[in-house]
Amino acid sequence: MKGKSILTLKGVCKNFGGLMAVDHLDMEVLSGQVCGLIGPNGAGKTTVFNLITGVHRCLSGTIRLEEKEITREKPYRITRSGVARTFQTIRLFSNLSTLEQVLVGQNFLPKSGAGTAAAGALGTGLRLRDEAEELLKLLGLWESRDQRPNTLPYGSQRKVEIARALATRPKLLLLDEPVAGMNMRETRDLLAMISKIRDLGVTILIIDHDMKFVMGICSTLFVLNFGRKIAEGTPDQIRRDEQVLEAYLGKED
Amino acid sequence: MSSYHLDLFSALGINILLALSVYSPMATGQLSLGNAGFMAIGAYVSAMLTVHLHMPLFPALVIGGILAGTIGVLVGFPALRLKGVFLAMATLGFSEIVRNYFMNFLETWTGGAYGFRGIGDTPISIVWIWAWVFFFIMFFYVLSRSRLGLMMIATHDDDTVSELMGINIVRLKVGAFGLGAFIAGLAGGLYAHYYLYIEPEFFNVWQSIYMVLFVIMGGMLTFWGGVLGAGIFTILPEFTRILHDWRGAFFGVVIIVLMIARPAGIVTREILRLDFWIPQRGSRT
Repeated sequence: MKGKSILTLKGVCKNFGGLMAVDHLDMEVLSGQVCGLIGPNGAGKTTVFNLITGVHRCLSGTIRLEEKEITREKPYRITRSGVARTFQTIRLFSNLSTLEQVLVGQNFLPKSGAGTAAAGALGTGLRLRDEAEELLKLLGLWESRDQRPNTLPYGSQRKVEIARALATRPKLLLLDEPVAGMNMRETRDLLAMISKIRDLGVTILIIDHDMKFVMGICSTLFVLNFGRKIAEGTPDQIRRDEQVLEAYLGKED
Repeated sequence: MSSYHLDLFSALGINILLALSVYSPMATGQLSLGNAGFMAIGAYVSAMLTVHLHMPLFPALVIGGILAGTIGVLVGFPALRLKGVFLAMATLGFSEIVRNYFMNFLETWTGGAYGFRGIGDTPISIVWIWAWVFFFIMFFYVLSRSRLGLMMIATHDDDTVSELMGINIVRLKVGAFGLGAFIAGLAGGLYAHYYLYIEPEFFNVWQSIYMVLFVIMGGMLTFWGGVLGAGIFTILPEFTRILHDWRGAFFGVVIIVLMIARPAGIVTREILRLDFWIPQRGSRT
């Protein structure tokens, strides 16, 4: 399974008026990896997520999910092909309980039978309802299944977003600043959870500012600055990269 | 039953249908202030069919409803680009077009501004109205317990995220809007054949506002809210005749107090404590 590319961006550009938010971006995420997308504020990281999920349209370039081109697909079709995401600011459905959020995530799935990665690991042929309950147990949300989001602590709300995304049986999970605003314990908790999700066979791409967190969990990092990719490599390579140091810390003299 | 009670329960049944016609689009986050227009289409079309083409009542009602629903779908597509108060204004504009059309055109068939008289000799039985009411209450009950019902609430809460969860929100929203228009058209047809007289002025903005009020007061996140709202606004005026000239003002106060005390409406999902049961098979996704 490893070694096959799951997400490929080629020459992707996106402008907002005169500003080039993403400038000729090439990226390749391999199946089974946990990758990080990092960079200073305003580097265009969330815009990349919005392009992959179809919220924004590329000015030029192509985006492929495995063999399938998804550049101009509608967001709901992209989700159905196997991309799911969470949001920088939590966006849960305010009138639905935790379990119902997950049930909504399953809306387009066939009633029974084998699905993709996550479904396989969770046991194929399960009823959707059982699958939703398994997901809540996996993420430690079972106790709060009937609660609405505004009654949940912040860390749990983030987990509900992840559960809802996983409910769509993604091949690729995009996490937009998953540990932002979390305390140490919650961060450690989430770290363990991401490993669990990867072990289900879901490829993960993470945006985050927390360097320790990102370096600790990702095998490959992409560094963006002003919409351009300035570096790519393992955490060790990135740590020593001069352009990266310059982008984050500024130039000497 | 005395004819007074008969009239009251007929009005109640029609108002419940009208409330459900507003609830349907509102459940997906669309505020329609134009349902009087769809009601007018159903009323006029079904009346023309029974009066001029001597069609039996049932097919005439259904054709009137389907025509209103089809026009609802056509209105629903451009309406997708609008939200909240802008959508409300656009739908209001639509219903004014319909009202003016029936005022100024088809006069030889419908009497134009003078009103459409002689729609049948005797009012239809109240059973006609309540059969439809029970049908749609059953329909929305099943819907509320299905995954589709959850998808509607999700779209109501955040349509961007809903689409990113794989929901085809265009189909869902236009479908809900068209269903609302269908129900409004049906209610219009029933209205015409119960009161045997319709005029364009009856389908003005106030009619649309009342329907929305039923739903907002009763509660907009469950269909029971609209049913209860229609009930309160139909029955309560009968018990407040004692207030004479203060009756209208009293209702204004009721609305204000309700909006302060229960901004989400009287019936909420918490009150119902719906234990969602998702059918294993046969539930639509």
